[in-house]
Amino acid sequence: MSYFLQQLINGVALGSIYGLIAIGYTMVYGIIGMINFAHGDIFMVGSFIALILFLILLSLGVTMIPLALLIVLLVAMCLTAVWGWTVERIAYRPLRESFRLAPLITAIGMSIVLQNFIQVAQGARVKPLQPVVTGGYVLSEGGGFSVILSNIQILIVVTTLVLMVLFWLVITRTALGRAQRACEQDRLMASLSGVNVDRTISLTFVLGAMLAAVAGLLYLLYYGVIDFYIGFIAGIKAFTAAVFGGIGSLPGAMLGGLIIGLIETFWSAYFSIEYKDVAAFSMLAIVLIFFPTGLLGRPEVEKV
Amino acid sequence: MRPWQYDPLLKVGHLTMRFGGLTAVDNVTFQVARRDITALIGPNGAGKTTVFNCITGFYKPTEGTVELRQPGPHDFRLERMDDHDINSVARVARTFQNIRLFQGMTVLENLMVAQHSMLWPASGYTVGALLGIGGFVKAQNEAVEFACHWLERVGLLARADEAAGGLPYGDQRKLEIARAMCTRPLLLCLDEPAAGLNARESDGLNELLFSIRERDGISILLIEHDMSVVMRISDHIVVLDYGKKIADATPEEIRNDPSVIAAYLGVPDDELAEVEREVHL
Repeated sequence: MSYFLQQLINGVALGSIYGLIAIGYTMVYGIIGMINFAHGDIFMVGSFIALILFLILLSLGVTMIPLALLIVLLVAMCLTAVWGWTVERIAYRPLRESFRLAPLITAIGMSIVLQNFIQVAQGARVKPLQPVVTGGYVLSEGGGFSVILSNIQILIVVTTLVLMVLFWLVITRTALGRAQRACEQDRLMASLSGVNVDRTISLTFVLGAMLAAVAGLLYLLYYGVIDFYIGFIAGIKAFTAAVFGGIGSLPGAMLGGLIIGLIETFWSAYFSIEYKDVAAFSMLAIVLIFFPTGLLGRPEVEKV
Repeated sequence: MRPWQYDPLLKVGHLTMRFGGLTAVDNVTFQVARRDITALIGPNGAGKTTVFNCITGFYKPTEGTVELRQPGPHDFRLERMDDHDINSVARVARTFQNIRLFQGMTVLENLMVAQHSMLWPASGYTVGALLGIGGFVKAQNEAVEFACHWLERVGLLARADEAAGGLPYGDQRKLEIARAMCTRPLLLCLDEPAAGLNARESDGLNELLFSIRERDGISILLIEHDMSVVMRISDHIVVLDYGKKIADATPEEIRNDPSVIAAYLGVPDDELAEVEREVHL
């Protein structure tokens, strides 16, 4: 039982990170109907920016961990947002009116560009970071196995929850969210109603990149090592999560992230760690057979 | 000079639109006067909707100018502007022949989207809106109030929270006009607003258009096939045929214009004199 509980905690923490990345996929798909395959690499860039910022702050002698975390969080979000914005501006916007596959191909191209850029600029070896957030709570002891809820896991789940609420407010309550939903339904009509569609799409990429930066920071803190390739695996998992939950749906992305995180963790814990990815992707295939639009996705409405 | 030529709101000059080898609009010049209802009519395929698309920025014209003269020193060259600026800066709004509402959003939200260009600056890059500072709440309340005003005028206030896609056809048409009006336009372009409406709904539409002209002082440019509607409500009619302007006059003059009658009856040019003779008989 305590083993199960521990795995549940680990799974939720991992799933939260996937969920944060998945929101970037699902928002972009919602608004322009393309899969931004470079999004995983934006997440990777975000975690590298966070790492560099940590090293700078530590060398400057900033020892107050909460302050350092806050600075890294905000600066990493801003810098990664610039990356997200740039990718959309140079690689997707010129092709927006082109045939459907064109942006998909440039997205894969951008993904490779970002990976190789980081590989060349930062080196191919894994980059470690000393543990920044340490400690935790022992929830139960006994039977030779203690269940530990670490501070970093608490940080991950709380940050994710706060961002979810914030995002839900942006989408439902603000002018930007309303413009995003309008663009999702009819881009031309939104434009003729005075919505600046280009800006709205750019901001969608910016918001997605910001969440990816947070995910990158949390990943760095959780695992302590990163390399230029983490974006690929995490990106594919998060994309799977977005499809699982129903692509285009924000709660779906979060739910999908959690489920993928849990499946992966439990499979590694009870069966075999080598096949954890196989388990996650098989589950996706099974869900898509029974729910073709994902768990919370709406069926495609025929446009009149 | 005709009355609509003294101080027009919209001046379309030598407008030409070619698609490959096809000239859909050929050297069309006309004016829309302030506080007038101007109708653009013509047989199917005459290029009416293409003219609309050029005015509202959906197409960039091959040749010609589309000039919007606002009160004050501002003149806008619509053919050079982005379509969202044509709406939010030059203040031209339009509706579509096949209704284009945001189907999945509520009736009220459709009207809120239309007020985006006013709400966005108030939202302080969304941060202010989230924190409830910088006047967003006030702007939002004003926007809701304005939307409710228009819902009341088109008689949809009771259905404000229903999904727009679930409304009956006639109500969707009215909602589309209300949404266009919520962008606070100076010129309202309506593409076949009476299409598919029954006689009663059509009368209601006429009332609405009159009230928009009288009460709000807004100029209306509309495409319409239903001649009884056109003759009843317009102050000025422009007739297109095969992309060319063939008449530009008051409803009474249009009613008796042989070339218009010929265009509608499909008489070739060489028989025109004959038709003319018959009409005058």
